[in-house]
Amino acid sequence: MARASKSGAKSTGAAKSASRSKTKTAAKKKPEVSGEQLLSYYRDMLMIRRFEEKAGQLYGMGLIGGFCHLYIGQEAVVVGMTQAGTSDDTVITSYRDHGHMLACGMDPKGVMAELTGRRGGYSKGKGGSMHMFSREKNFFGGHGIVGAQVPLGTGLAFGHRYSEDGGVCHAYMGDGAVNQGQIYESFNMASLWKLPVVYVIENNKYGMGTSVERASSNVELHERGAAHDIPGMQVNGMDVIDVLNKGGKALDHARSGKGPYILEMKTYRYRGHSMSDPAKYRSKEEVQKMRKESDPIDNLRHTILEGGHSNEDEMKDIDKEIKSIVTAAAEFAQQSPEPDESELFTDVYVEASA
Amino acid sequence: MATQVLMPALSPTMTEGKISKWMKAEGDTVESGDVLCEIETDKATMEVEAVDEGTLGKILVPEGTENVAVNAPIAVLVEEGESPDDIADAPAPAKAEATPAEEAPKEEPKADAAPAAPKSAPAPEPEYDGPMKTQTVREALRDAMAEEMRREEKVFLMGEEVAEYQGAYKISQGLLDEFGAKRVIDTPITEQGFAGLGVGAAFHGLKPIVEFMTFNFAMQAIDQIINSAAKTLYMSGGQMGCPIVFRGPNGAAARVAAQHSQCYASWYANCPGLKVVAPWSASDAKGLLKSAIRDPNPVIFLENEILYGQSFDLPDSDDFTLPIGKAKVERQGADVTIVAYSIAVGIAMEAAEKLAEEGIDAEVINLRTIRPMDTETIIQSVKKTNRLVSVGEGWPTCGIGSEVSAVAMEQAFDYLDAPPARVAGVDVPMPYAANLEKLALPKAPTVIEAVKSVCYA
Repeated sequence: MARASKSGAKSTGAAKSASRSKTKTAAKKKPEVSGEQLLSYYRDMLMIRRFEEKAGQLYGMGLIGGFCHLYIGQEAVVVGMTQAGTSDDTVITSYRDHGHMLACGMDPKGVMAELTGRRGGYSKGKGGSMHMFSREKNFFGGHGIVGAQVPLGTGLAFGHRYSEDGGVCHAYMGDGAVNQGQIYESFNMASLWKLPVVYVIENNKYGMGTSVERASSNVELHERGAAHDIPGMQVNGMDVIDVLNKGGKALDHARSGKGPYILEMKTYRYRGHSMSDPAKYRSKEEVQKMRKESDPIDNLRHTILEGGHSNEDEMKDIDKEIKSIVTAAAEFAQQSPEPDESELFTDVYVEASA
Repeated sequence: MATQVLMPALSPTMTEGKISKWMKAEGDTVESGDVLCEIETDKATMEVEAVDEGTLGKILVPEGTENVAVNAPIAVLVEEGESPDDIADAPAPAKAEATPAEEAPKEEPKADAAPAAPKSAPAPEPEYDGPMKTQTVREALRDAMAEEMRREEKVFLMGEEVAEYQGAYKISQGLLDEFGAKRVIDTPITEQGFAGLGVGAAFHGLKPIVEFMTFNFAMQAIDQIINSAAKTLYMSGGQMGCPIVFRGPNGAAARVAAQHSQCYASWYANCPGLKVVAPWSASDAKGLLKSAIRDPNPVIFLENEILYGQSFDLPDSDDFTLPIGKAKVERQGADVTIVAYSIAVGIAMEAAEKLAEEGIDAEVINLRTIRPMDTETIIQSVKKTNRLVSVGEGWPTCGIGSEVSAVAMEQAFDYLDAPPARVAGVDVPMPYAANLEKLALPKAPTVIEAVKSVCYA
């Protein structure tokens, strides 16, 4: 995927966010982003938003079972990081993974059909919402145990370095996972061996129903690598341009052999932890205020229109196009048959080819 | 009064060693804490410190002597005015120096080592008729890794002390020198972290060998082994293979008590997605480890510390492998089938020899692989002998023996002339005290008793 081009049109309002002062220094140095690129980020974020809304609907209709964790509100994080990366990079995350897959370029049909447990899903219906993968797109899951993806991602980084393929692993985790012991085991090895990995902490303020303040002795999560000499940075995770710029810096650091980097994305999920979340731990007003003032998609839309990069009609066309893709995905996910019963016994072992 | 200095045991399983160098000469004054000599075993070199003071009256075992038994007198310390010959009248000192490790019981020298190396076994593999050589299990494991690392660049070894220290149990001796630090990697003592890192590297396409210093410590990593390594292939609809070997000593060593003496065979064997291998002989160790490294699936490779130093004949070939999932009939017999794995195979063989003297002809099956289990070989044997005894060190409840019994009853019920019997580790955490530890582990007499019970003899 292309990095932000320096020859693009002038970007305005990119730093239009709650943390304007914090992003000032980065704003001076950051590469300019073309209108075309802004539109592409908008499109990618909107795709995730609409996809997740549809997933929520299908869940309500009983078509999606089990756990289903929506990414609504956090779209700028994964879209910005993906755009900052290269096709050699690998991506791994936890169970709130639909957005990561769509950003990687995985087919919305295959993702949605996995949610409904059908044979057209990425895991043939055997993984579900939390466990999807695409070797083709270098997406390594989709892992259901909080924190477990972080040693795995560190291992992917080990693989990058061992094979000298120039890739960096984007290892995502939430603010809840960041208190897990295995995170620090990973930080230690990654720093010790200078592995090419960027740890992306998606701080959406709540680990399930427990706020960061109630779970973490030090809430400055970007400082969590300090004991292992890993530099960290806070990022406005509601601003795709800030993510793009700081993500690019962190990836450059890791790619150049300097070792791991930590990005703390200050973000917010609008929906519950999973679909069965009573939402007693925060007020409706808090959610409304975030949606109104900090929505990454609304803000980017505003920037695009204000900067004259597009017009209402063109934006509407994008909305329509996304809607039709998501509708098609939902249809496919309902029409694709359930896996054949013989699939119960496949994929337990790789057949040895001696 | 003259004091004997005895050959110390430097580890719980050491039975003999080499005196590589004397640091004191006869006539030197010795103070408590002075280094007397250097001792070398196949695992390590260590200095022996004096416990008592005096003058080194006489060196009884010159430097360079190999195979000096633990507790053999190696020198005499004398006090002023004494002669080393006075030792003849002195009472033998009670304890060895350096470590409080086990005192080799006089009545049963090498009690743990003896049963496992019968002259008759293992026979060469039927398909192999090339030259043979004799090696310890330790050497066989090292050669297996070295050969596979030469064969494929993607194979690497990581774990605690595998590189510069040459392996906590010296399994990786020489590998760092040959393959360098990129492929032989010392890790921090963080099992969950490096096990997960290994799994991630396997997802990326590498072929890691992850050594656990012992499988007791792998409990810290068991989430990564089961949830990440074993299940991801299935959860990904076949996309995400995980070619990795987790290996290290499993089960009881000697005198290391409950937290260091557990057999995990049934834990891992319970999980689809894993293969579980438990070798006994050097031939098993080499042939199966090579196959495990080549296998595209996660393999749990359960070694046994007591077996590391035992020697066996094995094929002298770099191409020798053994199939995972195939048991071996170590001894043919007509009266009863004894199914065993790992160190218990040696115990079963010892029991079979003694039973033969009493006219009971036992067939001994070495499972070699726990999962997938070679039920066909078990069933064929049971159909012939009509009687079944399983032997393993793990706990009895939901153990490997339970599985073997269930298989026999499901698939050969009408052939059984007696209910199958299980010989297992006693259902308690492993005690430290020498006598209690001995009671907790399967021994040949227990196996003989179980065989007689199913034979109604």
